[in-house]
Amino acid sequence: MAASKGIERYTIPVGPIHPALKEPIRLDLGVDGEEIVDVDVIMGQVHRGIEWLGMNRNNPIQNIYLAERVCGICNICHPFAYVMAVEQAAGITPPERSEYIRVITAEMERIHSHLLWAGVAAHEIGFDSVFYLVWRVREEIMDLIEYVTGNRVTKAMFQIGGVRRDISEEQFPRIRRSLNYYKAIFGQLKTVFLDDRTIRMRTRNVGILKTEDALKLLAVGPTARASGVAKDVRQDQAYSAYADLDIKAITPDVLTGSIVGDVYDRIVVRLLEVKQSVEIIERCLEEMPAGAVLVEPKIAKVLNTLKKAEGEGVGRAEAPRGEVIHYVRLEAGRETLATWKIRAPTYVNLVSIPTILKGGQIADVPIAFASIDPCMSCTNRAVVVDRKTNRKSMMTYEELHRLSVEKTRKLSNGLVK
Amino acid sequence: MEILSPEEIVERFEAALGSSFIDSKIYQREVAVKKNLFQAIRIYIKREAFRQAVDLICKLQEYPHLSIISSSDLGDSVELIYHFTMYYGHHLKELSLGLCVSLPKDDLKIPTITDIIPGAIFTERETREMMGVEVVGIPDNRRLFLPQDFPEGVYPWRKDETGPEDMLRVLPGRQQKWQQAKE
Repeated sequence: MAASKGIERYTIPVGPIHPALKEPIRLDLGVDGEEIVDVDVIMGQVHRGIEWLGMNRNNPIQNIYLAERVCGICNICHPFAYVMAVEQAAGITPPERSEYIRVITAEMERIHSHLLWAGVAAHEIGFDSVFYLVWRVREEIMDLIEYVTGNRVTKAMFQIGGVRRDISEEQFPRIRRSLNYYKAIFGQLKTVFLDDRTIRMRTRNVGILKTEDALKLLAVGPTARASGVAKDVRQDQAYSAYADLDIKAITPDVLTGSIVGDVYDRIVVRLLEVKQSVEIIERCLEEMPAGAVLVEPKIAKVLNTLKKAEGEGVGRAEAPRGEVIHYVRLEAGRETLATWKIRAPTYVNLVSIPTILKGGQIADVPIAFASIDPCMSCTNRAVVVDRKTNRKSMMTYEELHRLSVEKTRKLSNGLVK
Repeated sequence: MEILSPEEIVERFEAALGSSFIDSKIYQREVAVKKNLFQAIRIYIKREAFRQAVDLICKLQEYPHLSIISSSDLGDSVELIYHFTMYYGHHLKELSLGLCVSLPKDDLKIPTITDIIPGAIFTERETREMMGVEVVGIPDNRRLFLPQDFPEGVYPWRKDETGPEDMLRVLPGRQQKWQQAKE
């Protein structure tokens, strides 16, 4: 590698234990001084062979719970896409009421996921008071999720041909109370994230992904929308109750009037989506039709149908991070799935990471990487290799974090531009 | 951009690919209360016309979205489905298009499409390491998820002798059940 500006170029491997979302992945950053010139993404540290288990060990019902465990945060969208794929393959139509309940749980997941991300993003730039504030605000939705589904994390709501729990009229006032809470504080959240001078300095024009790159690199979810690609499975494809609700994909220009495709725009999109999710849940509560929530409550019967079924299905759902797709193939007489392919949104968003990070500074890595809301799994160190001497030195998470915090401080004091 | 119906898209493929076009399926389902249509197309083509078909998709939609390549081991052959989506950004107009290519087991090769769709790199790398399909012309041939010391010639998604069965650690007590299942 050529040295420029008289400085030796270094490669900094960040991870497999990563500074940003505390999930294992390795980024090899080629740096020239402070500037990042080359990025390589190395994955697979948490590959658990879930698809293999679904094809060789579990039956299709057990797979719902396995799909839920693909990710701790997206534990609604994976079973959502999975049951839609199996329903298509086996020709099962879920009752209308269950479609609305599915959407309500999926939107509750989006609210909690976006707020969790907002807290982490604040922490990454060293704004810990906002981190505490947002996570405090997030508790309200966690309580609501527990109230509706019985669990804070893995909710076990989905079943092939419907959902496992109904939402009754008596529960509506409690649900509305939480929604009103978010409506009341939304203005405050907006002020904290969008009008704050420090946050703006650390996120504006950082980690830019241009519209054309987002399209070419197949970015999905808020990452794509922040770059001006109005792409949202809820808007685009008729699935579940979303088809009734006239969803509109949110791009940052609705608020700021322009599209930059930087970290700030990703904050804008996620914040507005929290508001959108609240409104979707409200509409679902109003328009939810009466009726059963499950086609066939006896699981043995469902399994029997699935064992005889022959066919293929594709389920696509909009997760908080973007499009999730599950492909399922059923073969008659086979206890397990013949093929199961899962694709989570981070899988494609990681393709954009080199483009997002290139040209940035090392201190921007935590926030720029976190801005796609990557979902792998946990972190604490990075190794710095000196190419010339091959000497390795550890760059701990604390150190990277300190660099990031220092940059915020310097910016605030007007020391750097 | 002109939005075509599923039938029209199938016609375009038939006209462009000629004898390399094998079959097509259109799937439609009414959804929820308003009964809006969920639509998906599956197009089966011969491998020779694969690049031509991807070019055609790019003509119908600038920047088609490739969700994933799914692959199934069907015994004598491996079936690859390229799951594209078109017409995104239009309310309820999006179409899922599965482009299906079947490869014989003794000649598992497919040309890369990363020159047309650069974002396809990860899924092509995954298909190669998990299914053992050689992607001809791929710019980055490294493994994606499997560790670098994973043995050559073992493909986790295969259902034949190249599958990972020998590498499994079967827990005591499950041994017998496992043997029975194998026989």
